[in-house]
Amino acid sequence: MDISKRIVLHFPPHVTGQPVVYRLVKDFNLNFNILKASVSPGEEGLLIMELGGTQKNYDKGIQYLASVGVKIQSLSQDVVRDEARCTHCGACVAICPSGAFSLEAKTRKVLFDHNKCVICGLCVKACPPRAMRLYF
Amino acid sequence: MLKTIVEINEKIKKGKAVVVTAEEVIDIAREKGLHKAAEEIDVVTTGTFSPMCSSGAFLNFGHSQPRIKLGGGKAYLNDVPVYTGLAAADVFLGANALPDDDPRNKFHPGEFNYGGGHVIEELVAGKDIRLVATAYGTDCYPRRKLESWINLKDINDAILFNVRNAYQNYEVAVNSSDRMLYTYMGVLKPNLGNAHYSTSGQLSPLLNDPYYKSIGVGTKVFIGGGIGYVAWHGTQHNPNVPRGENGVPREGAGSLSLIGDLKQMKPEWLVGTSMFGYGCTLSTGIGIPIPVLSEEILRYTTVTDDEIFAPIIEFSETYPQRKPGILGEISYAELKSGHIKVQGKDVPTASLSSYPKAIEIAGILKDWIERGEFLLTEPVAHLPGIESDITFKPLEERLITE
Repeated sequence: MDISKRIVLHFPPHVTGQPVVYRLVKDFNLNFNILKASVSPGEEGLLIMELGGTQKNYDKGIQYLASVGVKIQSLSQDVVRDEARCTHCGACVAICPSGAFSLEAKTRKVLFDHNKCVICGLCVKACPPRAMRLYF
Repeated sequence: MLKTIVEINEKIKKGKAVVVTAEEVIDIAREKGLHKAAEEIDVVTTGTFSPMCSSGAFLNFGHSQPRIKLGGGKAYLNDVPVYTGLAAADVFLGANALPDDDPRNKFHPGEFNYGGGHVIEELVAGKDIRLVATAYGTDCYPRRKLESWINLKDINDAILFNVRNAYQNYEVAVNSSDRMLYTYMGVLKPNLGNAHYSTSGQLSPLLNDPYYKSIGVGTKVFIGGGIGYVAWHGTQHNPNVPRGENGVPREGAGSLSLIGDLKQMKPEWLVGTSMFGYGCTLSTGIGIPIPVLSEEILRYTTVTDDEIFAPIIEFSETYPQRKPGILGEISYAELKSGHIKVQGKDVPTASLSSYPKAIEIAGILKDWIERGEFLLTEPVAHLPGIESDITFKPLEERLITE
């Protein structure tokens, strides 16, 4: 059974120099999509990513991360659009740093691609009718 | 003259009027030619949905027992202050009003989550609103304090009166500085990070009637989901700006004062709006029918996005300091492509005006007219046109010394 989860990884300074994500792919056949990263060698790092694969490989991958000292949290925040509140004006489209919003060519309705969202929260406050909500 | 409003209304009453939107008319005229299209089409409907700050509502609550004179006192609706410089039971609720305890931009950028526009939306949605008032007391109006729930359905009158709406063209905002800007044109990213515009372009009412040939004082309109009228030209109405060969202004020009019965309106067309770091306002839906009285009037409605140009204005320095100069002109077709070039840089664009809602409004108005539910009115006075001596004056300050 394949699963895919969004997780937050905290890297202690001694791990930031290691090719951790490479190992997840190579050794456990997992696929990943990095949503947000702040990793500098010698400093504590942060990586938000979606990690997917078979349940068995996923569990092994998580075990591996824990064994090298990475602290794992499930992603507890989420940005959701209140469809009834959205007026499809477009004020979110150009400010989103990850390109999660786009316009449907024909109707010019604003599409929100949840998978591209890096949960930065900029759209939440910049949305004029306050249709974007940040959940904890 | 091809036809009169009286003749068009006769056809509407019989359910025989040919009504198309300002989007649909473009292809029809291309296919059939202007002359034939003008003969066949009776009405072209326009639409726009955007934050419109100079909006507000006059409310009459009815008289309490004992009576209270709100005029000259203080009154709040859901903690948002309303204007009380009117008679005993009348107030004016402005879309930009903020609760006294809102932190504003004390911690910049402020969030501005709730203000007058939101109260208007909640009133229209049928929600109970908390009225709190204090007054000084008179022999005829002895009461000094009033706290009561009010509801739109119970109060005597609720008149939406927007003193400047439906701006004919608008600037495109960009930010050349190295810091983020929080403006009435939305969040502007540094180093020309984005460009924001705000009209519905080829669907916008006054861009389809650039010389105000059919829209005038008394024109019946769709406003906020109900019926209203053009009450006057809007504040800052300025017909005397540079125009293209098609007559379309190349910058902000005409505007409309609109009035309508709030009790008929719907919350999906009057949306309380928060501009991050700027303030609260009301996004307002407006649709205006254009009667095809002549081939010339029809020709104006066939305007397309590639024929409408807006100036690009810099917002870190030029706009706030009221400096002259623009960074160029750009067509709506280019703006809607998602990217424009500004000073050689590729800049992503976005709109503050909802085009999907504008299409919907033009469609609803079309439907009302086709079903014979909405008759057109003859304007009782023209809006000031290019022949007028109107100029757009800045405030020239004069020092107060004593």
